[in-house]
Amino acid sequence: MGVPDTGMSQRLVNWARAKSPWITVYNSGACNACDIEIIACLMPRFDVERFGILVKGSPRHADILIVTGHVTLKQASRLRRVWEQMPEPKYVIAMGACGASGGVFHGLYHMVESVDCVVPVDVYVAGCPPRPDEIINAVVTCLNLLEEDAAHGGKEWRQKKPATGVDAEGKSCTVVS
Amino acid sequence: MPEVVVSIGPQHPALKEPVNFKIVADGEKIVRLELDLSYNHRGIEKAAEQRNFIRVLPLLERVCGICSHSHATVFSKGIEEIMGLEIPPRAQYIRTIIAELERMHSHLLWLGVAAHVIGFNTLFMWTWRDREAVQDTLEEMSGNRVHYGMNEIGGVRRDLTPAQVEAALERLPALEERIKKYVEMVNSEETMLIRFRDVGKMSREEALKYGAVGPTARASGVDYDVRRDDPYLAYAEVPWNVITDTHGDVYGRTRVRVGELWESTQIVRYCLENLPAGPIRVDAPKNAPKGEILSRYEAPRGELAHFIRTNGTDKVERVDIRTPTLANWTSVAVCLVNQNIADIPVIVAAIDPCLSCTSRMTVVNRVDKEGR
Ligand code: SF4
Repeated sequence: MGVPDTGMSQRLVNWARAKSPWITVYNSGACNACDIEIIACLMPRFDVERFGILVKGSPRHADILIVTGHVTLKQASRLRRVWEQMPEPKYVIAMGACGASGGVFHGLYHMVESVDCVVPVDVYVAGCPPRPDEIINAVVTCLNLLEEDAAHGGKEWRQKKPATGVDAEGKSCTVVS
Repeated sequence: MPEVVVSIGPQHPALKEPVNFKIVADGEKIVRLELDLSYNHRGIEKAAEQRNFIRVLPLLERVCGICSHSHATVFSKGIEEIMGLEIPPRAQYIRTIIAELERMHSHLLWLGVAAHVIGFNTLFMWTWRDREAVQDTLEEMSGNRVHYGMNEIGGVRRDLTPAQVEAALERLPALEERIKKYVEMVNSEETMLIRFRDVGKMSREEALKYGAVGPTARASGVDYDVRRDDPYLAYAEVPWNVITDTHGDVYGRTRVRVGELWESTQIVRYCLENLPAGPIRVDAPKNAPKGEILSRYEAPRGELAHFIRTNGTDKVERVDIRTPTLANWTSVAVCLVNQNIADIPVIVAAIDPCLSCTSRMTVVNRVDKEGR
């Protein structure tokens, strides 16, 4: 890539994507609080559906993957597989303190070092758990990224090193800088 | 017809949490259920041994996002008992208020999810909207919507101001109104009756035999509630009733939970109105003497037990957490036999499964599996 595709059809697709992003949530070892706050976003009070944001069960339909929680060793390969199943362009939001650094779970024996060892993360949300408003803000940030990437013709302009994923032991891990 | 194995999870549109079911089915009927719960195992029990009492409470809160106050309270209750501390009544009342608000938010959440799995999304939206009133109260009192961080060894960390009490009392009438409506709906709404009645039946004997706890057991007529039978916090002083039901099916469990919702509002109201004055904490020593204790607590999902062993330092030597969902899974495996495949989500949802707290335990199962 590198050269942005500015054809009419591509522009239409980009426009549509930014207007109605579909999301899939993957609980990779969370304490559930992040998950219920995401569901709370769908509820009448915050109601993200008015922005066209839909939560989908299947990663194959999703544009944005929200990873809740730290990644357990057992979940690492599954999370990677879920991410691989998503069609390009795909974005990852890491939820909460866990997603950023492990939070209270940092350094436990059944944990991968961080989410970005397993999949490349585009947006981090602070909080434990983040409030629904912050989750909505993260999705909107993600949409801005999406538009910028479309203008640059891909994600490479802002990514230095891709995540390599982890082996079965969770040992080999290149952290994206 | 030959038996078919249907494998579901850990990531599946119908699942909110990572769990793997292997359902052995004969036609439309379920023959057997195999479970793999270990996806979320994080190793909290081990980590708890390495942190002192101040640092361990935030960790234990994050065992589960829905019953976070339960875990912190049951642990501090145990440690306080070992230390021989007398907790001031105001702290007991504040803990009770938060505990009951937590039960309300958990049961409203459950009612919504149960409605969602039978395709009754209107109720899902309603209960979650009403849940926001509870969340607002919790946020006002504790500063966070989900993890409250109210407990510390020796009492609570934040006092309730008169304004907070007033605001909470103001929200209650509307909630009570809504809960009355839900009680009515559960008993009369055709959609729910059709999907809940006679589904996942469990007799009283089975409930006792398989060690079901909480609303799951009470719906089968087991009259047992830790809050009444081994009173802690302020429950001995507050007038309230244990809700039981004799239906033993999903309908019964819904009735128990909705009934408990009502009781919770009354407990919160009583505690708010009769909040004793005084200090909110006592100074706790840094180290706990050597001792062992089994601390019990009625979490929204049932009886929660922490086994704590201390060794005279400022850390625990061992903490073992038995969560209610773990106790209830066996009953699910029993309830599911001979039911329709289409009823799996309802029956599983009926115990209000919470996998993040249960998963930690299953390392034991993994060892078993290797040994097999
Ligand atoms: S960030 Fe906090 S709330 Fe979210 S999963 Fe981690 S511990 Fe739970």
